[in-house]
Amino acid sequence: MIFATVGTQLPFDRLLLALDGWAKGHRGVPVLAQTGDSSQHFSTIETVSHLGMVEFEARFAAASLIVAHAGMGTILSAAEIGKPILLMPRRADLNEHRNDHQKDTAREMARLSNVTIVEDETDLHCALDQALACEFAPMAMDVDVGADMLGPLIDEIRDFVWDEQAAETPTLSLKNSVA
Amino acid sequence: MFGPKRSKPVVLAVSSGGGHWVQMQRLAPAFGYADVHYATTEKTTSARVGDACLHVYPDANKDTPLRLLICVARMAWIVARVRPDVVISTGAAGGFLAIKLARLVGARTMFVDSIANARGLSVSARLSLGVADRVLSQWPRVAAKTGAEYRGAVI
Repeated sequence: MIFATVGTQLPFDRLLLALDGWAKGHRGVPVLAQTGDSSQHFSTIETVSHLGMVEFEARFAAASLIVAHAGMGTILSAAEIGKPILLMPRRADLNEHRNDHQKDTAREMARLSNVTIVEDETDLHCALDQALACEFAPMAMDVDVGADMLGPLIDEIRDFVWDEQAAETPTLSLKNSVA
Repeated sequence: MFGPKRSKPVVLAVSSGGGHWVQMQRLAPAFGYADVHYATTEKTTSARVGDACLHVYPDANKDTPLRLLICVARMAWIVARVRPDVVISTGAAGGFLAIKLARLVGARTMFVDSIANARGLSVSARLSLGVADRVLSQWPRVAAKTGAEYRGAVI
């Protein structure tokens, strides 16, 4: 089972149509896609506009392969459970997003061992063929989720939250907000 | 002491749904046994916050001015109700609004920009500079050129 998600904000039909095109030639591979705000008709893939959080996580965990836009939530979720993922960044010049930050995200996240970046339909079909050829193995892989960078960030926020000294001088912070 | 008669801080953690929320979840261990209230745009989140209170606000951005107004009103109500000691946000627009409003009630505020912003700060993060006590970027080079701080990243 392939699970595809393009978030719930803006449509991303270029990715979904490319996936639908591939699925048409591989009817033995079930595909479910969360399409967000799309009015497009798809011939083969099963679609749902929006899944609740619990249902989303269940589908995500059950899939052999994730196909998605280069959204950080999807990338983090895949990294946490070592799920292979194909990412196609949205392009602002095709009105797929307000800006090109997904290209930057994709470029940075390509270092993760579970991530494959695809730019277009040809890339996607090629990557899907490869995944199918090895029967979507490995099902799960060890991903270095960068705990060495997460720890210090959590410490910093914890110190900020529990800073009693700052909490005792609320007038100071009020003054700052006026300034 | 935190706030009147408080032995632990009241934290308002504000984030939009999707990636912003996933990042907030990864940072949640920082809150420890604080009194945590979450505010988010996704109402099916409730199953994931355990004992913490969940508040829902409408999603909005600079391109949806009417929803933005509704979002301001809703966020003002949430801030007035929760009376947070600390506001932490991982974005987006709602997080900035919460920080702006929470400053009025004397809360300490921190905006952690999404790791998706690898080349520059988001609009909400830029607006938060000068309003929030702390603005963090998850990329050292973005921090270096914007006045935000780098203190680590979710991945």
